[in-house]
Amino acid sequence: MCGIAGYFGSPDMRAPADALLRGMLAALRHRGPDGEGTCRGDGYGFAHTRLSIIDVAAGAQPMANDDETVWITFNGEIFNYVELRRELIAKGVRFRTHSDTEVIIRLYETMGPDCVARLNGDFAFAIWDARLRQMMLARDRMGVRPLFYVRHGAATYFASEAKALFTVPGLQAELDPIALDQIFTFWFPLAPGTIFKGVAELPPAHMLLARDGNVTVRPYWRLEFPDADEVEDSRDEAAIAEEVRALLFDATRIRLRSDVPVGAYLSGGLDSSLVAAMAGRIAHERLRTFSVRFDDPEFDETAFQQEMADALGTDHSAVLCRPSDIGTIFPDVLRHAERPILRTAPAPLEMLSKLVHDEGFKVVLTGEGADEVFGGYDIFKEAKLRRFCARDQQSARRPLLFKRLYPYLPKLQAQSGAYLKAFFATDLGAVDDPLFSHLPRFRSTAGAKLFFSADLKRELQGYDALDDLRSSLPADFTRWHPLSQAQYLETAHLLPGYILSSQGDRMAMANAVEGRFPFLDHRVVEMAAKIPPRLKLHGLTEKHILREAARDLVPPAMAKRPKQPYRAPDSASFTGAQAPAYVARLLSGAAIAASGLFDKVPVEKLAEKASAGRARGFRDNAALTGILSTELWREAFVPAAVTMDSELARQKVA
Amino acid sequence: MNETVLSRVRAFIEENFLFREDVSGLADTDSLLENGIMDSTGILELVAFLESEFDIQMSDAEIVPENLDSIAAIAAYLERKHAVGIAA
Repeated sequence: MCGIAGYFGSPDMRAPADALLRGMLAALRHRGPDGEGTCRGDGYGFAHTRLSIIDVAAGAQPMANDDETVWITFNGEIFNYVELRRELIAKGVRFRTHSDTEVIIRLYETMGPDCVARLNGDFAFAIWDARLRQMMLARDRMGVRPLFYVRHGAATYFASEAKALFTVPGLQAELDPIALDQIFTFWFPLAPGTIFKGVAELPPAHMLLARDGNVTVRPYWRLEFPDADEVEDSRDEAAIAEEVRALLFDATRIRLRSDVPVGAYLSGGLDSSLVAAMAGRIAHERLRTFSVRFDDPEFDETAFQQEMADALGTDHSAVLCRPSDIGTIFPDVLRHAERPILRTAPAPLEMLSKLVHDEGFKVVLTGEGADEVFGGYDIFKEAKLRRFCARDQQSARRPLLFKRLYPYLPKLQAQSGAYLKAFFATDLGAVDDPLFSHLPRFRSTAGAKLFFSADLKRELQGYDALDDLRSSLPADFTRWHPLSQAQYLETAHLLPGYILSSQGDRMAMANAVEGRFPFLDHRVVEMAAKIPPRLKLHGLTEKHILREAARDLVPPAMAKRPKQPYRAPDSASFTGAQAPAYVARLLSGAAIAASGLFDKVPVEKLAEKASAGRARGFRDNAALTGILSTELWREAFVPAAVTMDSELARQKVA
Repeated sequence: MNETVLSRVRAFIEENFLFREDVSGLADTDSLLENGIMDSTGILELVAFLESEFDIQMSDAEIVPENLDSIAAIAAYLERKHAVGIAA
């Protein structure tokens, strides 16, 4: 796990190429503190900062083939490198190292760019082929590892994090209003767009090829579901559960490949418990586990974490996260996330990776992905219930079922059936809308756009993020089962756009920790997509087939426990006696007016409401977090914002 | 009375849900839910306000969109509630 950067084409040579590469590396050093290297030639330059995990001694990068005609800079892991290496050796290929990096090079020498389809792993890499004068960029199927690029002058620059791009002379960060609108609707910008105007991300499962100035970007893999009338499986449930179990064991087994010790996160839920249980059985040694605790019982899962740690006999550590901690580290979280966020949930995960780092670990397994792949999220149940209500609109009893969906939200329990129906089912008429499952969430999130300034709204010119998302869906999407459709939206969009990035890679790599996700092994994803929806969401029991597969691996109470979504305190982190100083500074009328993105008076009123402890609703919390994070993002990345702010500070002093 | 109730309700909605004086936007009869002004948690905020500001007790059966989903509906509900209160 590492950071990569580089360019292809002809960079503007105001700075010497090596200084340019070193400058980009400096911005990524947190991702790989164990070593760094650069290489360059006519038409390309590569940089690499390394976190040594496999073949610690010989795995330095950038790495070349024997005659140095093929160069690679690679971030991530190829988990099936052992099998691929064996296969290549059997064909007569010779290896110099035991690294997974060399496996990619040798495979590329044999197959060219199509080699990417053979890789089972989490990766972002660049390969320069001097014989063809061709650059290849590639990114893993699920979007675990990041890769951003931007064209500037006669060159294209790429890097693991956008901040490295802005070390290139002449490149400056600028906010893209469209992406901001998307974030204030979906929680993420729609790939390939990013919040940085002009900067693209290479979408998950895509490769980019550049040769003679021609650049093509194409997918090499697609998340696919069977048509709704073909979802059934003639095998019995036990057989399917056994297949799930066997494949999960294998996915976990190859994710334990490492020359440094591997730990695991324990959230207190089924998914991470199952992963830790499988890892414990495979490794035959005492597993080191880590978790985050909250002092507010509304968010805390300490009892379940401890129960699981005891059951597995792991050596367990936890870090306590208080709202004031979130407030304190939030600016740092933004520098790593590199995009506005509407929830504070990434912050505790940065504290968790710090704990892991401080305990001497570089690699952790987590349960991330199970909810997407096996149908665990509440939004899937919510959509199913909304469809159920839509079939009998007169029923007064059906809407009461919504209360069963959210037992952990006390505020919702107090609502009448009529209101639940109105809130969850306002879009009843839209059962044919491809976004049906997500409309209530998108609508309540987009409520935060109420605070957009008139100037920003004018610039957006009635832009409709939902239409944009609809038009990006695969052609056969509408033929899929409703659960498959909702799973696709979560897996292909929210997962890479928010979960694996803002909550995942960026928070872990802030402390040089690599997350590994057995549930996101593409073999697991492909198999799960073919499992009949009724075995995933069984009535209103989520992840049914996974529970069956996990039966004797985790304590019975854990296997039955309903999902508690991972959440963290939002507005409470920014208010009260311990409110961080930046909150008043950034939300002041003068600062908001100067930044121009939000409407001054409403923001002041919202800040007052939050200070009085009255900002309890979803919309108010999302808005407050979103506005604060946008302003922190500007301060961290947009040079003009810093200038404007220093100007204000100067005036204050004068 | 009706004017006063209506304007007090509007002022509360503007202050706490629109966060601005709404000169032209929201009509008295516009749905608060459908226009994204109120979410399911906001309803409880509204109920708490009505109970303290107008000194009433709302039963669960009264917490329905017909009574609460627009400024006009809220005012009409308060009118009815008030009338019942006096009659009793």
